Amino acid sequence: MMREWLTQLGQAALVLGLAPLLSGVTRKIRARLLRRQGPSIVQPFRDLLKLIRKETVIAENASWLFRAAPYVVFGTTWVAAALVPTFATGLTLSASADLIVIVALLGTARFLLALAGLDVGTSFGGIGSSREMMFASLAEPAMLMAVFTLSLFAGSTELSSISAYMLGPHGGLSISLALALVALVIVSLGENARIPVDNPATHLELTMVHEAMILEYSGRHLAVIEAAASLKLLLYLSLIACVFIPWGTAPSTDGTLAYAIGLGAYAVKLAVLGFLLVVFETAIAKMRVFRVPEFLGVALMLGLLGTIMLFVSRISR
Amino acid sequence: MSLPSPSCLSQLAAASVGLLLMLAALGIFAARRPWGSRLIYAACMLVCSGLVIIALGALRTVGSGPEAIELAVGLPLGRTVLGFDPLSAAFAVIVNVATAIVSGYAIGYGAHTREPQRVVPFYPAFIAGMNLVLLAQDAFSFLVGWEFMSLASWALVVSEDASSDNRRAALIYLIIATGGALTLLLAFGLLAGPEGGYAFEQIRRAAASGVGPIVLILALVGAGSKAGLVPLHAWLPLAHPAAPSHVSALMSGVMTKVAVYGFVRIIFDLAGPPSWWWSVPVLLIAGITALLGVLYALMEHDLKRLLAYHTVENIGIIFIGLGLALAFEASGLGTAAALALMAAIFHVFNHSLFKSLLFLGSGAVLNATGQRDMEHLGGLIHRMPVTALAFLAGCIAISALPPFNGFVSEWLTFQAILMSPQLPHWVPRLLVPAIGATLACSAALAAACFVKAFGMTFLGRPRSDAAKTARETDRWSTSAMLTLAGLCLLAGILPGFVIDGLAPVTQMLVGAQLAPQSTQPWLRIVPIDPARSAYNGALVLVMILIAAATTAFVVRRFASHALRRSPAWDCGFPDASPATQYTAGSFAQPIRRVFGSVVFRAREHVTLPKPGDTSVARLRVDLHDTIWEALYLPVIRGVDAMADRLNRLQFLTIRTYLTLVFTALVLLLIIVGTWR
Repeated sequence: MMREWLTQLGQAALVLGLAPLLSGVTRKIRARLLRRQGPSIVQPFRDLLKLIRKETVIAENASWLFRAAPYVVFGTTWVAAALVPTFATGLTLSASADLIVIVALLGTARFLLALAGLDVGTSFGGIGSSREMMFASLAEPAMLMAVFTLSLFAGSTELSSISAYMLGPHGGLSISLALALVALVIVSLGENARIPVDNPATHLELTMVHEAMILEYSGRHLAVIEAAASLKLLLYLSLIACVFIPWGTAPSTDGTLAYAIGLGAYAVKLAVLGFLLVVFETAIAKMRVFRVPEFLGVALMLGLLGTIMLFVSRISR
Repeated sequence: MSLPSPSCLSQLAAASVGLLLMLAALGIFAARRPWGSRLIYAACMLVCSGLVIIALGALRTVGSGPEAIELAVGLPLGRTVLGFDPLSAAFAVIVNVATAIVSGYAIGYGAHTREPQRVVPFYPAFIAGMNLVLLAQDAFSFLVGWEFMSLASWALVVSEDASSDNRRAALIYLIIATGGALTLLLAFGLLAGPEGGYAFEQIRRAAASGVGPIVLILALVGAGSKAGLVPLHAWLPLAHPAAPSHVSALMSGVMTKVAVYGFVRIIFDLAGPPSWWWSVPVLLIAGITALLGVLYALMEHDLKRLLAYHTVENIGIIFIGLGLALAFEASGLGTAAALALMAAIFHVFNHSLFKSLLFLGSGAVLNATGQRDMEHLGGLIHRMPVTALAFLAGCIAISALPPFNGFVSEWLTFQAILMSPQLPHWVPRLLVPAIGATLACSAALAAACFVKAFGMTFLGRPRSDAAKTARETDRWSTSAMLTLAGLCLLAGILPGFVIDGLAPVTQMLVGAQLAPQSTQPWLRIVPIDPARSAYNGALVLVMILIAAATTAFVVRRFASHALRRSPAWDCGFPDASPATQYTAGSFAQPIRRVFGSVVFRAREHVTLPKPGDTSVARLRVDLHDTIWEALYLPVIRGVDAMADRLNRLQFLTIRTYLTLVFTALVLLLIIVGTWR
């Protein structure tokens, strides 16, 4: 019991510290791939520090919702990220919130952020919110379909159980799983505002989505939102790692050594996934905004196909 | 503590219905006095609160069958049997909780009614009708209550008949309600069989065989039209918004639940054991209803109509649960059936709370600004902070986001869907994943819809003078809305108690129930097996609060406290005019483009003046209500054409009339003669 709580708290702290680092690493790799020197990998930490030390400027007609939203968005994203097993399974809170809850928590964060985008009443905020919700209307069901596939496969919607099942003797290759993986990757690109869906590096471009939504934010509010965004990226990569590359994750029963191995394995997995993400991003161009629904629609259809194949192929447990 | 006997409770409930009818009669006189309408609404609130307690008691005590009372009054063909069984008690709790709170709202809101004598007498009658439907243990009282409910609500819809839209809405409502009642009458007739025992007890015992499929279709048409299943939803988005807002809340939040009750009563209780394929039409219609409902809602810019369309979506979600329950029950999967049915009834409860809340909020907005069109609203969060807060809670709840209650029922539905690979038949097994995708899609679209509804109404800058000068609504209204918002949160974080409360219903209908939830550690819910899935709303809320509070604390501790208000940044081009904001139309544009080009045949026509030409550029959007055009318009045109043709018959000579009558008589006699 005590140990599970410690794992849980350690995990919550770990994701918090690791998220900006992940952003830093991906930015660095990206810069190197583009033959630039790139900023140091701790630059995101410096940015956050700088932001929270700056004066916060908010629009005259911003309401309490505008000021409260960053904290709630960050809170929900943090909770969701802390629920995904990173280096060890058997988290205490895993039994209270399954994968569907994680998806829905991200939904709550998105809902509030979209409202915050509308709060000041500018056209940029509106364009961001509107497009974000349009993307989500396809990305969220696609994600849920991938979740369905995983849950049917493992006979549980709980992430620790799914991960343990994948590690166990029954886990293995399956077409449904491959489809779910592709769907999940596409959704991750869409939800984290990565190329080809959105450009995380842009600030003045008419096609931007996420950045348009948070355009009015500054200072400490912006810092909190940026941190939430990097947490979300970490969450998706951890999720893919935890389900599709479960090796090395420490089971809840093993000793300290297993935890150390788990940590190491997690770091390697994140690095590999981050690298792949950046390679993909540099190799592809950004899409027109109305291409994105087709892209996400593919994910939805793949997820659905994976689920249907499982429905047809076996009597699930 | 000894609880009163069920029949005593039934008597009390029947007496309450009588009391409501007396209030209706009293309302005719009271409406003319300044304090009269308040008095009537307050009395309604008290009676409904009493009914909540009575129904809760009944839910606790009636374990087995109903213990009903028979009234001396009745129709010649049958006895009048009133009473509670778990199903009716559960729905009575759901209906009266929302109704009591809405009546509390009406104490304040009703004062703004322009012609109270057209609203106040019908309001208690409407509530009485709904309660009578729930109390009825025989087909006749059921239908009497049903018609009472329909006609009283119709009268409330026409209470503001100055606009032609409202009159049209009332006419369509009346036609569809009449048709619906007729199909229910036929359904009961078939169920009662040739002997004609119309008490539910007799119907259950007789268990007429072979009529099931027809009864299913009749129930889908009859109860489904009242609930708003596509394609019979057409009246709903017209009629619900036409009534005064507290009545809209009752019609959308509560009356549709009575319709769901009618369907559940007929199909799960009276129609005998289902066969597996019954679930197929139910699931198909439910999936289409859920998706189309939310898409319609997204296209709508009138706040109350948006909410009404969204009711259609929620009815779809409820029927998805019911369809799954049918499939499981027919295949002998008791626990799964109990789970699916629980999801449906939980959603019934949730929807009665948040839809009432949202309609009350829209009423407050309408009252403060005189506007229902979101294109003329905006910025109300500053002017009406309490309404905004309650409305926000309703929006989060209805978008199925944790930690509010909408998420719990959706989560249960998903869990039920994940049970369905156990189904032995191929058709539902192939259908269910697609329905799951539809449900997921409609949930995500609902979030978009309510970002739009809240964002356009309460956020941004005021788009009209009325919105600029709006004032917060009265105390009664705000406390009613806050109560509903609080209940939404409570049901979301303590779902175990709701599930346990509703457990007798699933025990009665599908012969199985979920394991007791309120004894689970840490207030979590575990529908099937803890290794399979569990959810703990309270803990999720606590975690979010801790996480957000920690962040806020840390940021406050270490960050610069300097805060400056300045004009909006807007990428360096701030514009003073609120007209440059995103509007409801522009917010929905991407979704209209993605989904609407097929569903609504949406087309955009852009008129751009030539360079140098200073005339105005225009964007026109054409939307088609495909269902209305494909199904209703042909019927309307047909009726019109027939009427035109038959019109000539009005102007014949007396001889021709006599000939016609004689021919008709002879024809009928020949038919009767050859029939025998």
